[in-house]
Amino acid sequence: MNRKAAVEWLTSDARTYAAERRGWLYAHRFWLARRASQALVLAIFLTGPWLGLWIARGNFASSEILGVLPLADPFIFVQSLAAGHRPILLSLIGVATITAFYFLVGGRVYCSWVCPVNVVTDTAHWLRDKLGLTRDRKLDRRTRLWIIAAAILASFLSGTIAWEFLNPVSTLQRGIIFGIGAGWGIVAAVFMLDLFVTRRGWCSHLCPVGAFYGLIGKHSLVRVSAINRTACTDCGACFKACPEPHVITPALKGTGTHLIVSGDCTNCAACIDSCYIDVFEYGTRLSSRHAAPERFIEPQPAQ
Amino acid sequence: MKNPSPIGQHPAPAESARPGTERAPPARKAEKTSSSAVSRRDFLGGAAKSAGVACLAAVALDQFIRTARSTEAKALRPPGAIDEEEFLSACVRCGLCVRACPYDTLHLATLGDSAAIGTPYFVARETPCFMCHDVPCAKACPTGALNAEIPNIRHADMGLAVLVDHETCLNYKGMHCSICYRVCPIRNEAITLEKQTIKGRQMVIPVVHSTKCTGCGHCEKHCVLEEAAIRVLPRPLGQGKAGRNNAGRGLTGHGSLKRGV
Ligand code: SF4
Ligand code: SF4
Ligand code: SF4
Ligand code: SF4
Repeated sequence: MNRKAAVEWLTSDARTYAAERRGWLYAHRFWLARRASQALVLAIFLTGPWLGLWIARGNFASSEILGVLPLADPFIFVQSLAAGHRPILLSLIGVATITAFYFLVGGRVYCSWVCPVNVVTDTAHWLRDKLGLTRDRKLDRRTRLWIIAAAILASFLSGTIAWEFLNPVSTLQRGIIFGIGAGWGIVAAVFMLDLFVTRRGWCSHLCPVGAFYGLIGKHSLVRVSAINRTACTDCGACFKACPEPHVITPALKGTGTHLIVSGDCTNCAACIDSCYIDVFEYGTRLSSRHAAPERFIEPQPAQ
Repeated sequence: MKNPSPIGQHPAPAESARPGTERAPPARKAEKTSSSAVSRRDFLGGAAKSAGVACLAAVALDQFIRTARSTEAKALRPPGAIDEEEFLSACVRCGLCVRACPYDTLHLATLGDSAAIGTPYFVARETPCFMCHDVPCAKACPTGALNAEIPNIRHADMGLAVLVDHETCLNYKGMHCSICYRVCPIRNEAITLEKQTIKGRQMVIPVVHSTKCTGCGHCEKHCVLEEAAIRVLPRPLGQGKAGRNNAGRGLTGHGSLKRGV
C-alpha cells in the first residue's frame, strides 16, 4: 500500500469527500487544532513535574495557574456543596472563573478542546467506522442528565464527592499528570463501551461532566453557525462527523437562527471540517449576521 | 413564541424587520412545544421513570462508595487533613498538596490503593512526612480539605504511632535498638524511652505519647525489623478511648482523641 492509499484509509468516512475536494489538511484543520489544544493543556500541567517549569499546578479539578489564578471544576464544586462542605473563598473564585470562561467560549468546548477522554472516545468511534462495527445498543441522550442528578443525590447521601469515585475523565487526566496506576481500567472500559456497545456511548449519552458544561453551554456566546445553509447539498457529511448530530438539524434545516444553539454541541467544528463547501463557520450569539434567519440579512437595507 | 414563517419557505423581509431585532430561534421553539403537547403524558411518564432510575443509581453509587471506603480506613492523610468524613466532601483530588510537598511524601491514590481514588495519602514505611515547619501541603490546599490555618506542623495529627508487636521489638528483647526513638523529629515529647523491669530484666521501652505524636511515620519508616513493630495508624484505629466504665479511675485525659482537644 502506498502512502496516499494509507492516508485515504486512515481518513474517517465523514471526512473523505471534503479531504478529496479540499485537501487532507483542510478537512482536518479544526481536528488538528483540537488535538494540539488538548496536548497543550496537558503539557502546561506536565512541564512542572517533567522539567521543573511550573506553569500550572494541580489538575482540571482544581489548579493554580502561574501561582496565582485559581481554577476549579463547577460540577465537582456542586457535588461538594451537596455533600455538605462549606467552600472557602479560593474555590468560589476558581469556579466563577471557569464558569465565566465557558459562558464566553461555549459550554462544551471543554469536551472537544480540553478533555483527554475525548481523544479516547473519538479514537473508538474512528475504529468502529474502520472495523465496520455497527452494533449499537440504543441509549437515551438524556441519561447523562439523570447521572448528574444521581451524582448530586449520592453526594448528599454519602457525604462525599460521589462521582469522583468513578469519573473516567478525572482518572485519565490525573493519571497523565500524576501517574495512572490501575486507573487505566476505567478508561479502557469507556473505550470498549464506545467501540463495541454504543456509538458515541460515553460522551454523548453518559458523561455527566460534559452534560454539566452543556447546561452552561446553552447560554454561551460562541456557537457554530450554519451560515451558508442555502448552499447545502445534503451530502450528510456533517451529520456523520458530529458526535451529537441532532443539534445540527434546527440550524441547517430550520428557518430561524443559523446558530447551533443546543447545549449538547461540543463546538468541536467537525461539521466545519467535514463540509466540502463551507456551510458552517464559528459565530457568536451577538452577531446579527449569524443569529438572524437569512431573510433578515440578504438584502441589507441602506443605513 | 410563534414561528413567523412556515418551515421550508423563505418569505421576503418584512418592512419593519431589521438585522438584529429578532434573534430568537423560532423554528426550534415551535417544534418543541408542539411535540410536547402531543405526548405530554408520555413525557411525564418517561420523566418519572428516569427520576426513579436516577434515585436507584444514586443509592447504588452511595452503597458502592460506602463499600469502597470501608477498606481504606488505614490511609494516612496529609498534615492538617480535616476529619475523614468531611475530608471526602471537601477534597477535589487536585493534587496541589502533592505538588507542594518538597519530599514527595504524598501520592494521589489510584484504583486499588488504600485511599479513595484520587485522594492524597502517604505510606509511612515508604516516605514519611518530614514535618516541614511551615506545612506547605496544607497551605496549598484550595478547598479547605487540609486546614491552611494550621499554626505549625505539631498540630498536624496525621495519625498515631503504636507499638503493634512488642514481642518482636528489639528493645523488648533486651537490646538497645531504640531507632524509633532516635529518628523521631520530636523525641522526648512524642516518644520517650522508659526504664522498666520486665521478668527481672532492666529494659528501656519506647513509649509513644498520644497527645504529642503527629503520626509523621519516621519511627515506622526506620524500624529495623523486616516488618515494622511500630506503625502509624489513623487515630480512630490507633487510639483507645475511655468508656463509661472507667474501671474506678477518673478520666485523666488519656484516651480522648487528640482531634477533639
Ligand atoms: S463528554 Fe465527558 S468524556 Fe466526553 S469529552 Fe466531554 S467531558 Fe470528556
Ligand atoms: S490540595 Fe486539598 S483538595 Fe487538593 S488533593 Fe490535596 S487535600 Fe485534596
Ligand atoms: S510518628 Fe513516630 S516519629 Fe513521628 S512524631 Fe510520632 S512517634 Fe515521633
Ligand atoms: S525501631 Fe523497631 S525494633 Fe527498634 S525499638 Fe523501635 S519498634 Fe523496636
